[in-house]
Amino acid sequence: MYRYYKKYVPYLFLIPAGVILVLFFFIPFFETILLSFFDYNTNIYHPSYIALENYIILLKSPVFYKVLWNTFLYLFIAVPFLVIFPLFLAILLNQQIKGITLYKILIYLPVIVSIVVAAIAFKWLYAQQGILNYIMEFFHLPPIGWLTDPNFALYSVIIVTIWKGIGYYMMIYLSALMGVPKDLYEACEIDGANPVIKHLTVTLPHLMPTIGLVSTISAISAMKVFVEIYVMTKGGPLDSSKTIVYYIYERAFENLDLGIASAASVLLLLIVLVISIINFKYFDDKRYQL
Amino acid sequence: MKINNFKTKLKGCSIHLTLIFISLLSIFPFLWLLSTALKGPDENIFQYPPEFLPKYPTLDNFTGVWRQIPFMLYFLNSMIVAGFTVILNLILSALAAYPLARMEFRGKKIVFYSILATIMIPFQAIMLPVYLIVLKLNMVDSVNNFMGFLGLILPFAVNAFGIFLMRQAFLSIPRELEEAAFVDGCNVFQIWWKILLPMVKPTLAVLAIFTFIGSWGEFLWPSIVLSKKALYTLPVGVNDLQGLFSANWRYIAAGSIIATIPILIFFIAMQRYFISGENEGAIKG
Repeated sequence: MYRYYKKYVPYLFLIPAGVILVLFFFIPFFETILLSFFDYNTNIYHPSYIALENYIILLKSPVFYKVLWNTFLYLFIAVPFLVIFPLFLAILLNQQIKGITLYKILIYLPVIVSIVVAAIAFKWLYAQQGILNYIMEFFHLPPIGWLTDPNFALYSVIIVTIWKGIGYYMMIYLSALMGVPKDLYEACEIDGANPVIKHLTVTLPHLMPTIGLVSTISAISAMKVFVEIYVMTKGGPLDSSKTIVYYIYERAFENLDLGIASAASVLLLLIVLVISIINFKYFDDKRYQL
Repeated sequence: MKINNFKTKLKGCSIHLTLIFISLLSIFPFLWLLSTALKGPDENIFQYPPEFLPKYPTLDNFTGVWRQIPFMLYFLNSMIVAGFTVILNLILSALAAYPLARMEFRGKKIVFYSILATIMIPFQAIMLPVYLIVLKLNMVDSVNNFMGFLGLILPFAVNAFGIFLMRQAFLSIPRELEEAAFVDGCNVFQIWWKILLPMVKPTLAVLAIFTFIGSWGEFLWPSIVLSKKALYTLPVGVNDLQGLFSANWRYIAAGSIIATIPILIFFIAMQRYFISGENEGAIKG
């Protein structure tokens, strides 16, 4: 094709976005790594280079292990649920039924509403004398300190994350279901296959890339969870609902322990990097190919 | 035949019942919040068994919390932040996407993969240095309101998702159009602005809407950078309710409902963009 632009023109178009990305992504990325080698605890104005000391402190700290454990619990509970349940919902909604738009709107609603409001709404459900404990009493079960009992707090918060994510992943599945060839279903029906067989042999193989995508996206967002915890439990009681981002936030902005916060951030970066690479490698998206 | 008919009806019924149940689960937390907000001071909001419908519904909690909290101010702040974030995202993404989709230049590969790499960097892992940079650039509300807004907006002015979304849209436009425009005397910028952008309007709309929702609900970053209440956005203001009315759940509930109304209207107006199922491109990590 005839080149209708001067050599420097592509760069002109790239500069505005480039400045933002360099300033707020690349520099902070390298600065995070750099900061993690410094001690800010002794004197915040004169940090001293301590090599890997921050990482050693982290790996010796029981709280950090608790935080990592909580983060992976979050991952291992929220992700399977967010991968499987929205898929069922999408299959259920991918047919001609009355009022389908209304169902979709209602199920999608939690995605739209601010997570702060959602967390407050759940805090109210979880209150000691709240409606959930009334239901417990109704079934002659002892009341639960949903957010105040260290054995329950993390799970109560996970429920909010799952509840808020269902509609989002359901819509991803629904748009993928639109791409499944209809004649395959018809062939199934002619063969007399029942709905379960139909979905196992046609839907599932077609949706494998989407299932992979949903797994990795929901895993990354589980790693990044913060607001639910901040609004509902502040990581408590006894660190029982503290996950890694909350820990970073607390270290960085409350304790001003920039070194430790950065070391924890580097670990978060590594975990997310691994999940992203799995995503790129196995669930190729044409958008990300040159 | 009759049995078959009965069977389909039963199946239809059970599908509806399941969907109604799940829809109710989705909105129940909000309904319960609304119910609490409508209950007057004479009604015990902790009573067992709980009353779902308020006996004497009142709007007193709404007017009461409205008088004490500057919701209009928070709303305007949210509008400013979300509005400019959307505009910047549209412009910067569309600008950067054009050469990536259409031009050959030195270092294209490096640029492409560098942008792709930012997808793997979660904001939460770099927020501390971002904050330090914003501080260094004086983009905080302690300097003045304008700088405060800059600090809220600029770190989210563009991201890789938007750039790749726009690039994909440009790729689907036939090249002949640009050639024809060039022959007609358009320069590069005019080709971008007059030929390409009008053709990717649907993608621009998708990007605008999802950027708006994301920016509107953002809590972590504003809660880090803001020190003055005058610049609070709605989510920060709502979170603040908890501290202000520690045990007054009627007010907290009413305030949360008020703060939710704008985005609810937006959602209902734009619902087809969210639930039509045609927005695979808008998937974000």
